[in-house]
Amino acid sequence: MWQALYEELAAQNFVVIAVAMDSREGDALPWIEAAHPTYPTLIDREHLMAELFGVVNVPQAIWIDEAGRIVRPAEAAGAYEGFRKMNRATREMPEEVARLTAGAKSTYLDAVKDWVRRGPESEHVLPAESTRAHLPALTEDMATAQAMFRLGQCLLRHGEKEEGNRWLGEASRRHPDSWCIWRQSAGVNDTGLAALPEFWERVDALGEKRYYLPVDMKGMP
Amino acid sequence: MTTILTDAGEFEVPQAEVSGDALWLSAREAEEATGWVAKPEGLCKGEVCVPLPSGREQEFVRGTRVNVAALGRHLGQPVLRSDRGHVWVLARSARDRSQALRSLQAPDFTLPDASGRPHSLSEYRGKKVFLVTWASW
Repeated sequence: MWQALYEELAAQNFVVIAVAMDSREGDALPWIEAAHPTYPTLIDREHLMAELFGVVNVPQAIWIDEAGRIVRPAEAAGAYEGFRKMNRATREMPEEVARLTAGAKSTYLDAVKDWVRRGPESEHVLPAESTRAHLPALTEDMATAQAMFRLGQCLLRHGEKEEGNRWLGEASRRHPDSWCIWRQSAGVNDTGLAALPEFWERVDALGEKRYYLPVDMKGMP
Repeated sequence: MTTILTDAGEFEVPQAEVSGDALWLSAREAEEATGWVAKPEGLCKGEVCVPLPSGREQEFVRGTRVNVAALGRHLGQPVLRSDRGHVWVLARSARDRSQALRSLQAPDFTLPDASGRPHSLSEYRGKKVFLVTWASW
């Protein structure tokens, strides 16, 4: 998805940095090999992106300008939770939902392109005060949860499965809004996705809450 | 061998002394892993010095050794240890992280690519960076 964006904009002083929040060594590699990205693709096994930027789900993106300033904090990167309305037996998507999903993606990509072209003049670059207001609120519980996650992953790397998994469970209880913590620790189905029945139960338990937090961008569903 | 995870990385410390919730390191190890140094005015990291609470100095500094776990707790940072005390995490507090974010200056970080080569965000200064997360799961 990002390779075409990168190729289109690379000549305009623009780079994509993709960060795989994958703790198990090697999980991200087949995906990277298949995508042949020409931009840097990094591996974040301890979920540093969550600690630094408050990332709670993927794909979330942060826009950073030439001076290293955040112009849009972590937010869903063109993703719409249409999968919640999918027919789970046939995996079919209602047409209306497919339209919303495609719209979210193209609206978001157009916004990135507008930013790259127009810089601070882009309507998608928020004034500093507004950018601050959009920053994810980091709490001490979240900081503790990310520390627990890191401890758990380190123990798993040392082969200490039982205690490692216990810390991951603790981390998820401490920071339940993080799908990154939960899905990283969850079992995966035959396609490698953490989408076993427990996942769907957890999604259904959201009720009216969003799986991807709403993005403050004109035209986003 | 004790493994210590901090925002400066992962450190293997052969001479660490673990006792309950205390983690004593030599002055050099403490500085390497956490950046904190014992000075007459207290414990210091760069320009910042934290005076040791009066009457409780022994909890933090004994001779040339520093209890980095007590220091972390004193600073309101998450301090975690494995059951056996062989792995510790000394994290940054949410207050620190929020303050950094509120400056809107993107915090620098270094992560490896698939071949293990490290990349830092700061290498891309001068370009617009679209920093995007994904995962296999």
